[in-house]
Amino acid sequence: MEENLLKTCLYDKHVALGALMSPFGGFIMPIQYTNITDEHNAVRQRAGMFDVSHMGEIYVSGPDAEKFVNHVFSNDIAGMEDGKILYGMMLYPNGTTVDDLLVYKEFEPNNYLLVVNASNIAKDYEWLCAQAEGYDVKVDNQSDDWGQIALQGPEAEKYALEVLGLAEAAGLGFYTYYRTSDMVVSRTGYTGEDGFEIYASHAVINEMWDKLLAAGVVPCGLGCRDTLRFEAGLPLYGHELSDEITPLEAGLGMFAKVKTKEEFIGRDALVAQKEAGLTRKSVGIELQDKAIPRAGYPVEVDGVQVGVVTTGYRSISTDRSVCVALVDTAYTELGTQVEIRIRKKVFPGIVTKRRFYETNYKK
Amino acid sequence: MAKTVEGLYYSESHEWVKVEGNVAIVGITDFAQHAMGDLSYVDMPEVDDEVEAGEEFGAVESVKAASDLFSPVSGVVVEINEALEDAPELLNEDAFANWIMKVEMNDPSQLEALMDAAAYEAMCANQ
Repeated sequence: MEENLLKTCLYDKHVALGALMSPFGGFIMPIQYTNITDEHNAVRQRAGMFDVSHMGEIYVSGPDAEKFVNHVFSNDIAGMEDGKILYGMMLYPNGTTVDDLLVYKEFEPNNYLLVVNASNIAKDYEWLCAQAEGYDVKVDNQSDDWGQIALQGPEAEKYALEVLGLAEAAGLGFYTYYRTSDMVVSRTGYTGEDGFEIYASHAVINEMWDKLLAAGVVPCGLGCRDTLRFEAGLPLYGHELSDEITPLEAGLGMFAKVKTKEEFIGRDALVAQKEAGLTRKSVGIELQDKAIPRAGYPVEVDGVQVGVVTTGYRSISTDRSVCVALVDTAYTELGTQVEIRIRKKVFPGIVTKRRFYETNYKK
Repeated sequence: MAKTVEGLYYSESHEWVKVEGNVAIVGITDFAQHAMGDLSYVDMPEVDDEVEAGEEFGAVESVKAASDLFSPVSGVVVEINEALEDAPELLNEDAFANWIMKVEMNDPSQLEALMDAAAYEAMCANQ
């Protein structure tokens, strides 16, 4: 089993740093180097870096590229400017989610970079190839060729400029990117803080990692990547989104353009779901107690299950026990009293927004 | 290497037991707290709860995960360590000085199924 796990180009660095390594999305990845709380706080207060080389990079190019990407993607890329990035989903015809992803409009016509979740690379590639019939496009999975570092936190820009010498990073707007001869630098992330995601060859990524580490940027594992994205209200595929959950149910309808786009896979199902009314929705829940709601725990009202937790933690930034849960629509109004069953006991909670931490993006 | 304390009994699920008369004082081992990392919550039973040897009686939680606690003996809970409600980190600071519950045993012979420090250390060395 373990022998089949893939290693990123930074694997040796993680082992040398003494990281706790664990399987994730088919890769053997660092969960933490010291502890999740310290790494989480480093990103909130200063700067941290993540090896996210496990993420997938799939290029779509050719005369029909715009038409094709808009066919498979829930957000609207029509007329997208070079250097812009859009978040959205690929959906099945029934409206549930193949994956959530970023689409980068390349600096040449008819060329898009799709950045997808590690655990879904093979599935997404096959899905794209299967849908591409009848379109004049090339679908090229380049995931093995790219490494990626996410440099995140209020001091991320300082390190990008002073340590990596990325002069253009200073003026880069949120969800835009630029490209040099050997890297892609985008103002994106998965932490709720300002920061960059940098894509490059394995060799260049290794050089950057060493420079940032020597400069004092804290190496951060997937443990705090999850606590950070969770507090910021960002979904994780397999939890808040899945092949059983639509973007409308996940509260991500703004990324599925059913009104402005006439066609994309899954659109008809979303329209029908909207017309019929959602039966369940993703909400935040805050507990009074210190007990921690975890993925899979039942949400109850009067002893009857009305939902299920999709992610939960003792929030490191707010020191509150909070979770995101998929709940019957009748119980999704802000302030609704619910209970969460944690092992043998039930704990009272109230419905809140799904974001537990005020994000600090560069606008 | 995580430390152990001589004179205690140890379970395969990483609880320790100190015996005082007919009362078993139960905690988690240093190995367990180290494996869990910084603890943020201890789910304890209530006084007068009945616990069964080998059955779950609570949990310790870190940022990442919840880990069930299994009672090494059967009996009735006579006291819980309320200090852990507000300060679960005490278990990280000294897992042997900070117990979780005290159980009035109804079958002290169950202690014979537990390990001594040396046997427990040998088991941990293989994990």
